[in-house]
Amino acid sequence: MNVPDDLLYTQSHEWIRREGGNIRVGITDHAQAELTDVVFVEVPKVGTSVDAKAPVAVVESVKAASDIYAPVKGTVVEANAALSNNPALINTDPFGEGWIFALKMDNSDDLKNLQSAAAYKEQIG
Amino acid sequence: MSDPAEKKTPLYQEHVRLKARMVPFSGWLMPVQYTSIVDEHQTVREAVGMFDISHMGQFIVSGKGARDWLNTVLTNNVAKLDIGHGQYTFLLNCNGGVIDDLIVYRIKEAEFLLVVNAAKIDEDFAWLKKDLEHGRSSDQPGGLENAASCSLHNRSANFGGVAIQGPRTVDLFRALLGPDVELPQRNHIRDFTIAAMPLSIARTGYTGEDGVEVFFRAPDAAKLWNLVLERGAKLGLKPCGLGARDTLRLEMCYPLNGSDLSAERNPIEAGLGLFVDLQKPDFIGREKLLETRTEGPRERLIAFKMNGKGPPPRPHYSLFNGENRVGEISSGTLSPSLNIGIGMGYVSATSAKFGTPLEVEIRGQKFPATIEKKPFYKKQS
Repeated sequence: MNVPDDLLYTQSHEWIRREGGNIRVGITDHAQAELTDVVFVEVPKVGTSVDAKAPVAVVESVKAASDIYAPVKGTVVEANAALSNNPALINTDPFGEGWIFALKMDNSDDLKNLQSAAAYKEQIG
Repeated sequence: MSDPAEKKTPLYQEHVRLKARMVPFSGWLMPVQYTSIVDEHQTVREAVGMFDISHMGQFIVSGKGARDWLNTVLTNNVAKLDIGHGQYTFLLNCNGGVIDDLIVYRIKEAEFLLVVNAAKIDEDFAWLKKDLEHGRSSDQPGGLENAASCSLHNRSANFGGVAIQGPRTVDLFRALLGPDVELPQRNHIRDFTIAAMPLSIARTGYTGEDGVEVFFRAPDAAKLWNLVLERGAKLGLKPCGLGARDTLRLEMCYPLNGSDLSAERNPIEAGLGLFVDLQKPDFIGREKLLETRTEGPRERLIAFKMNGKGPPPRPHYSLFNGENRVGEISSGTLSPSLNIGIGMGYVSATSAKFGTPLEVEIRGQKFPATIEKKPFYKKQS
């Protein structure tokens, strides 16, 4: 499984890329492999305020719907519109074209609650 | 992660070796997928796939009273079966509710094979045994009279099964049994021997494609499975899991017991009256079905398709007709063949006509759908 070293991770299998005061969020290679065949993604509305660990998006495979959580408190500043036509981007490029949303963080210190690539690797075994 | 209480089929080790994702299903640890549900679905639609169905139950009913007794506990007319012929049928409770849906094959003059759902093996067997040994009530014949001329045996633990489904099925059996092999006709069953393994091949399935279900002795399971994988490879055969089994059957609007059928629903409400012979003088549940047929069911199992792109419909989502909640989804998925959401659900009879616009409530939002004729998928010929 691909677990890029330059990203942060949640226990719930989101990855986080820091972009100044914003973060970009998607689900990990491990998560997409577990879900397989993503057929629908519901992305959050830009401007929505979200709490850490609140459900903000839904990724649906043939079999099940899974909530995607906000890694930290903030405001949605971007949502990946490409996923509505091509939800399988989550399977084919989970860390790139398959990103789900971007947040402006209320407080970038909150990032210290997230885990490193090494810790995430440990989590998924 | 496996719970020791979950049973394993004789093919469990093969699934593990193939790195299938194993999930609990009706008390069994079963493969939900090997690679991808969509890929396995297309394999069955375009080539041929193999499913482990060893978790399903197999009962043998034999003796000179077997036919007449079965005709009093099953809805379809067993008397219409010649040797080697099978039929889809129901086992009902006294209220006409579905205990199980199954296929009964007449395998000898006075011997029948019943193939029942995994989740219902114990319940079906207990129900049948009680009826056979004690009859239904004091004013019912049967009981000891039936028990004397008929025996019921649950062979599930000693037998396995695979479903081989897809347009290349016949080609596969040519590769296994020679170019002149004649498979049984649709809904028929016959005994064969492959690599010294005795087996029964039934031309039935749950996918809408040509295909067979093969029943064999449990110790032969892995040998047969691997022989089919090896011979089928050139034909594009792949192992397929319960995920694809569900999307395939739903495209055909075949019901799944526990989702589309239950003890609270009868076959008339489910639109499956074709498999009920109300001309028979007596079978469990008949009175109630006559009543439903006369009065008309209050709710009907309908099939619907989403009008556009959106989240896939799933079980228990509410169905609306205008402002009124008219029912809920019993089965739903994104159809891999049609690439649109499809499902079935019970709605009030007044809202059950073809073409009726519905709305599916998904996470507080309503998405338009339309009631369609069954099935969704029609084989290209």
